[in-house]
Amino acid sequence: MAEIRKAESLYDWFDQRLAIGKLNKVLATEYWVPKNINFLWAMGVILMTTFGMLFISGLFLLMYYKPDTHMAFDSVNYTIMQEVAYGWLWRHMHAVAASVVFLVIYIHMFVAIYYGSYKRGREMIWISGMLLFMLFSAAGFSGYMLPWGQMSYWAAQVITNIFGAIPFIGPDLVVWIRGNYFVSDPTLTRFFMLHVLLLPLVIMATIGLHFYSLRIPHVNNQEGEEIDFDEEAKKYKEGKKKESKVIPFWPVFMSKDLFVVGVFLIFYFYLVGFHYEFAMDPINFVPANYMKTPTHIYPEWYFLWSYEILRGFFFPIAGLKPFTLGLIGFAIANGVFLILPWLDRSPVVAPAHKRGAFKIWFWLMLIDMIGLTIFGKVPPNHVYFVGGNDITPWFGFTFTIGFFILLFIALPLITRSERKRAGGAK
Amino acid sequence: MREFKILLVLVFFTLLIYWGVEPYAHSKMHHKPKPADFKFSDLQAINYKGDPAKGKTTFMNAGCVGCHGVKSAGLPAPMTKEAAAASFGVAPPDLSDAGLIYDTKFLKNFILNPSHAFLNAKKFNANKPFPMPQFFGVGEDKNKEVSDIVAFLKSVAPKELNDKETFEAACGRCHTVKYDKWTPLGDTPKFKTKTEKLAFDLKVSKYQDHLKKYMGAMPPDLSMMIRSKGREELEIFIDNPQKLLKGTSMPRVGLTKESTEKVINYLESVGDRKKAERETLIPKIIGFLIIFTLFAYLWKSKLWREVH
Amino acid sequence: MAIEKSRRDFLGLAFGSVAAVGGVLALGAMKATWDPLPSVKAAGFTTVDLSTIKPGEFRTVVWRGKPIFILRKDKTKFKKCDNRDTKLGSKDFLVVIGLCTHLGCIPDWIPDKNKFHCACHGGEYDACAVNTYGPPPRPLDIPPYKITGTKMVLGEQGPQNKALIAKNPTNKA
Repeated sequence: MAEIRKAESLYDWFDQRLAIGKLNKVLATEYWVPKNINFLWAMGVILMTTFGMLFISGLFLLMYYKPDTHMAFDSVNYTIMQEVAYGWLWRHMHAVAASVVFLVIYIHMFVAIYYGSYKRGREMIWISGMLLFMLFSAAGFSGYMLPWGQMSYWAAQVITNIFGAIPFIGPDLVVWIRGNYFVSDPTLTRFFMLHVLLLPLVIMATIGLHFYSLRIPHVNNQEGEEIDFDEEAKKYKEGKKKESKVIPFWPVFMSKDLFVVGVFLIFYFYLVGFHYEFAMDPINFVPANYMKTPTHIYPEWYFLWSYEILRGFFFPIAGLKPFTLGLIGFAIANGVFLILPWLDRSPVVAPAHKRGAFKIWFWLMLIDMIGLTIFGKVPPNHVYFVGGNDITPWFGFTFTIGFFILLFIALPLITRSERKRAGGAK
Repeated sequence: MREFKILLVLVFFTLLIYWGVEPYAHSKMHHKPKPADFKFSDLQAINYKGDPAKGKTTFMNAGCVGCHGVKSAGLPAPMTKEAAAASFGVAPPDLSDAGLIYDTKFLKNFILNPSHAFLNAKKFNANKPFPMPQFFGVGEDKNKEVSDIVAFLKSVAPKELNDKETFEAACGRCHTVKYDKWTPLGDTPKFKTKTEKLAFDLKVSKYQDHLKKYMGAMPPDLSMMIRSKGREELEIFIDNPQKLLKGTSMPRVGLTKESTEKVINYLESVGDRKKAERETLIPKIIGFLIIFTLFAYLWKSKLWREVH
Repeated sequence: MAIEKSRRDFLGLAFGSVAAVGGVLALGAMKATWDPLPSVKAAGFTTVDLSTIKPGEFRTVVWRGKPIFILRKDKTKFKKCDNRDTKLGSKDFLVVIGLCTHLGCIPDWIPDKNKFHCACHGGEYDACAVNTYGPPPRPLDIPPYKITGTKMVLGEQGPQNKALIAKNPTNKA
């Protein structure tokens, strides 16, 4: 039993019962972060801000949204957008944040790849981060279904259809997922359950894991230098702030983060008010019609790169049909980043510009994913011709093959020779 | 400096992705049609001035009154909308506003050959004729006669119509606007009993059955059309539906540029009612955020000066 | 003491197994909650009177929320296939599920070009709904139906349908 004495202040009262003083030190004022960082280190806080905006705007949308195929569209486009005070603001914020969060996730991911922040003790940070990417993808997919426009419906139709390709259990699995033979009311309400309750809870738990996994290996820095955090923290606490290689999370690290958040929010609210069509596709303002496929359906931009791998194969290889190749490629592509710490065979933690061939690999990888993204949206046929021949599908195919070569062949080879030059595994 | 370079790289790749996924990819999906010109260049110019008084007589003698009412000229509609829909598929419109909202050249050509002006002639033939017959005249030069009729219609038209009235006259016979409680039989009235509501809904439903059979497909509800198409596309579409939806049953109704703007304004007032609020509130939020960011920068600078 | 420990271990194992069985049963119940409702399973039949369809007519009906394409091909130039068409006396029909076998969009029937074209990724099928171009991996699927007189009931399976599907091993319906 802890010794309880008469509290000297409100703070002391809580401190005696919850150790808030110690908690504050551990989580904030004595949580040490390297000083040698740049504004890219703020992406995590930007993601927390964006997730916070999604959560809060989501609360208000939830007050008026009706998860029923007859009422969903009007509950969003009439009630929320035009009747509820600031309803339009919450909806625009929610839609734009859902799209922008993926831009920041991809930046955050590529910063980690650039600086090697996924290896040598940081594997769990990377894996929990990739899990978060998958959870956010599921949240984005389920959320997009809710307004029940034409895109909502047909995206749901196409993606649930994919499971039909699994051998033996496929067609039954599709019916089980949908709760009906076709995407309909039971499908809407169960994805509503996922989007509003299960996924947010799992996301929050995984964020907790992600934050916890940062503590022991510590946040990385611009040079990949291995810092003795105890020693540097000691220097800082002694007052040698300029000599120390670390800063406390609060207030120093967060002060810069808040500035970056401010800049981000200016850009974000500009999109919310004046440039939101990329996040709220016009086609989704047509009510869902299960008997009419729109002329062009496409996923949200952040899914385009893996969508292009799904449809990138257009001729059989090794006896496998292009459709099967696409499915296998799609499945692998969506999981491959989880094993990145093991595809990279080198223990060297350094920024890409100091890692020779890896630098080239990094920029090629980025260009390949951008290429997949753009060609995931461009129609797959009848766009580019040479002579009389339609060469359109070759673009997506090249970027698809490039993706697998870069990850499964180039990266292991490049990093294996880097390891040899660095004197073997440590 | 380094951080500024990093920012530039970030911005470059973000804009590259945006360009590729939005303007570039969309340009490969749909070929951008020419903007609307409201000139109706496929129709012939008919340059007679037209006599309104003569036009009224011709209007009555040529049989127009058999289907069309002109309330502003004291000529009532010969049938109710429901009865007309049962006979023709759609109710012939009252022509009080026609002289104001439709293009003069268009109107003249339309009276001479309705489905030719509407651009849906392919849907009709000897077995399924267009409900409005071609103008057979009252004995004189047909071009002169239609010019007189159009002059008559212009003389009895109001000087000005508001956005909603223009919409009702030009589009309201076929399209519902759920969010404004508009049906092809007029605004939805306030009901005192459930039976009243069901009776009205039944009338509308029957009308729509006739309409669907006549058109081949149900004309869509227009509540959110402003957001699924946008002003520019709507303008092109109304001026010539065949440009964007080849083979559509929707007629080119012959609206003037001014009236088209009014219709689109009305659609915007129904589908994007909060536009003005959005465009005034967001700049204020951004203004606040600029102040916020400024203070954040000052606080950050003070703290980081101690550690650098 | 060793006997005590092994009794404790055995009890622990037995207890764990009991808990695990309970967990599996609970999961089974949760799985079943996702299943289609009885009303959905019961509503799975649509009747079409084939005698009302004229030669060359293309009609779409709905069965289990899916479009069913019916094209009457006798007395027309459209391609006919013994192993894919539904026969009613001398009448020859194409009866297929109107969902592209690639990713599930609804293809368009283009009579002038004697083919189906799917706008989503450019897939094409001929007048027997056999895939001829693009990503679709197999022909449009033939649904189960039973013909009595001139009435076709989609959702039940009659002998003609069974024999037809047997000639199409990749069929999934």
